[in-house]
Amino acid sequence: MMRPLLIHGGRLVDPAGGIDGELDLLLVDGRVAEIGAGLRAPVDAERIDAAGKVVTPGLIDMHVHLREPGQEANETVASGVAAAVAGGFTAVACMANTLPANDGRLVTELIVHAAERANLARVFPVGAISKGLEGKELAPMGAMVKAGAVAFSDDGRPVTSAELMRRALEYAQHFGVPVIQHAQDLELSGDGVMHEGEWSARSGMPGIPGLAEDVMVARDLLLVEETGGRYHVAHLSTARAATMVRDAKRRGLPVTCEVTPHHLLLTDRDVVESGFHTHFKMNPPLRAESDRQALLEALADGTVDAIASDHAPHASDEKCCEFELAPFGILGLETTVALGLDRLVRPGIVSLKQFVQLLTVGPARALGISGGTLAPGVRADVTILDLERPWRVRAGAFASLSRNTPFEAWDVRGVATATVVAGRIVHQLEPGRGSAS
Amino acid sequence: MSAAAGTPVSGDLSIPFRWRRKDLLGIAELSVQEIGAVLAAAESFAEVALRPVKKVPTLRGKTVVNLFFEPSTRTRVSFEIAAQRLSADVVNFSVASSSQSKGETLRDTTRNIASMFPDFVVVRHAHHGVPAMLARELDCGVINAGDGSHEHPTQALLDAMTIRHRKGRIEGLTVAMVGDIAHSRVARSNIHLLTRLGARVRVAGPRTMLPREMAALGVEVCYRVEDALDGADVIMMLRLQLERQRSVLFPSLGEYAALFGLDAKRLALARPDAIVLHPGPMNRGVEIASEVADGGHSAILEQVGQGVAVRMAVLYLLAGAREERS
Repeated sequence: MMRPLLIHGGRLVDPAGGIDGELDLLLVDGRVAEIGAGLRAPVDAERIDAAGKVVTPGLIDMHVHLREPGQEANETVASGVAAAVAGGFTAVACMANTLPANDGRLVTELIVHAAERANLARVFPVGAISKGLEGKELAPMGAMVKAGAVAFSDDGRPVTSAELMRRALEYAQHFGVPVIQHAQDLELSGDGVMHEGEWSARSGMPGIPGLAEDVMVARDLLLVEETGGRYHVAHLSTARAATMVRDAKRRGLPVTCEVTPHHLLLTDRDVVESGFHTHFKMNPPLRAESDRQALLEALADGTVDAIASDHAPHASDEKCCEFELAPFGILGLETTVALGLDRLVRPGIVSLKQFVQLLTVGPARALGISGGTLAPGVRADVTILDLERPWRVRAGAFASLSRNTPFEAWDVRGVATATVVAGRIVHQLEPGRGSAS
Repeated sequence: MSAAAGTPVSGDLSIPFRWRRKDLLGIAELSVQEIGAVLAAAESFAEVALRPVKKVPTLRGKTVVNLFFEPSTRTRVSFEIAAQRLSADVVNFSVASSSQSKGETLRDTTRNIASMFPDFVVVRHAHHGVPAMLARELDCGVINAGDGSHEHPTQALLDAMTIRHRKGRIEGLTVAMVGDIAHSRVARSNIHLLTRLGARVRVAGPRTMLPREMAALGVEVCYRVEDALDGADVIMMLRLQLERQRSVLFPSLGEYAALFGLDAKRLALARPDAIVLHPGPMNRGVEIASEVADGGHSAILEQVGQGVAVRMAVLYLLAGAREERS
């Protein structure tokens, strides 16, 4: 039997439960037993002294790529969840673009079993919308939901066919799960590799216009209005898409969206200034400063439901090449918390409460999964944050198998000092150690 | 070194200036002084071509590798002659570059070259940033001979030299650049150079090939070629990449020629003493009519000649920086 765990002396922040105060948390048998001030723990209890720290519901990253099956040199389910808990996440939702794709019961089960074996963060598989991610025929959603899938997406590949998207939005309603779109018109994006704008014009690098995202979001919102299906925009990156989602929400459509830390913190100019380092290449691309400002606004005003990392591991062999030929994607699991605390909360762009919401109840609601809040009886997934601890991002120290972060050598303040999954400490920093891993 | 012909370029050249770069990757990062230094050195090297023995010992014992991942004849030959006139040993290395040419290939190629200890690598590649990648990995000097739609710095330098020869200056001139601006590395390098030296630059072309964001580079964006040509001192016609016709960028060569091609009638809109440049190879009858290409305003062949002197100057300056480092 697992020992009870008392987390005491910290500031408990649980936006969904309306909690923000000095409260202790007693976890027994993998569940929350009690929340209160000055709790007394059973004599055999483990303790975490959270004085000066912030205790939150376990953080959820609703958009990651774990690369298993098929590309285990980049990441595995086991290494991915190790990266997740090192970064403060107790749950992740992993996208379907594995090899083979997660487009049926077998791959969904494989992922679920690998996650059980790893026994760290919870893993929620996202099933493919279409067989083989080919955008033609619906994948067997029912079988995948039964095996554990919580949403559907062809992420990495946009659903180009309006007909398929319409049917997916209709059919997914049988299971009460959302359809997640990688919103990009492939013809408009063409052979582009960075945002189309001033910096692509200056440099001559082939551009991906914001329009590619705008057009797709606009189309999909019409389909949502027609079908009533739940729809989530992955890694929203443009000002216009943010405006459309805001407007759709006002009209009561069942629409949610996420943004990534990199789209909130970096722009197309950084791509140029990095000397076209391939760690600055991802899809959607880093956008214009005006887009970034619009995303920050959408984050602050509640248009955005979740911050998600789009953790996309690529081994250095894949990334160490010409910018135009490099695969899209960067890591995120081990930097999201620090970047958010340091660059969003510290300057007051969002409050701590908002930030926690964007990583807990926000993604939980968007996915329709349990978690994201703390109350007696719920699963004891908890994250403890030190808002002040300084450290330097060093990809070499990541638990992920890959190293592709554009935030290398950034000095940040804020880190997850402990991650607790089902009442068990799965990650804990030594007091005062200046690194996240 | 002999004094440069023509008026000095703008910028205070009296400030003692020492070339420090080991690589020439683009015009964007060059200062006015650096551009001036290349042009001044090129003026003195131009004279070598007139000698009976066209060779100076400057780079004796040095090895220049011409690494061309894209087919090119004139640029490669120009670099080859430049290196030979400086007494360097030249190795030509042409790599079949398909779209499949993956990073591993480039990385391995780079390492192979590095282990042969060249002094300079002159690189052309279909992808933007490859020269910069090589420069990061190699100790030797790297010269960009054209990368993707990014930059072609020696072309811009030789264009500048040609303009100075014909016009005596660059500052204050009106330069019209016409064609596929979006995909042209020649246009980009020239825009950086000419705006930096105080020319007024207009760009013109089909809207599909001329992003409005080009204005950020300090140029005037025109969608009617006539507006760009009006009163121009210099006209730069860009080579139309014919394969673009298969995309949605323009409907036909005939229509392109009719709307944007330079013929005698359009040339008459420019100043009477205007000169016409083209980086070559020309599509006669498409972007430029033969009557213009071969006419009295054309400085196209002079460009080719200046190319050798400019490339000698670049090799010379980079070699000096390398000596200083070691």
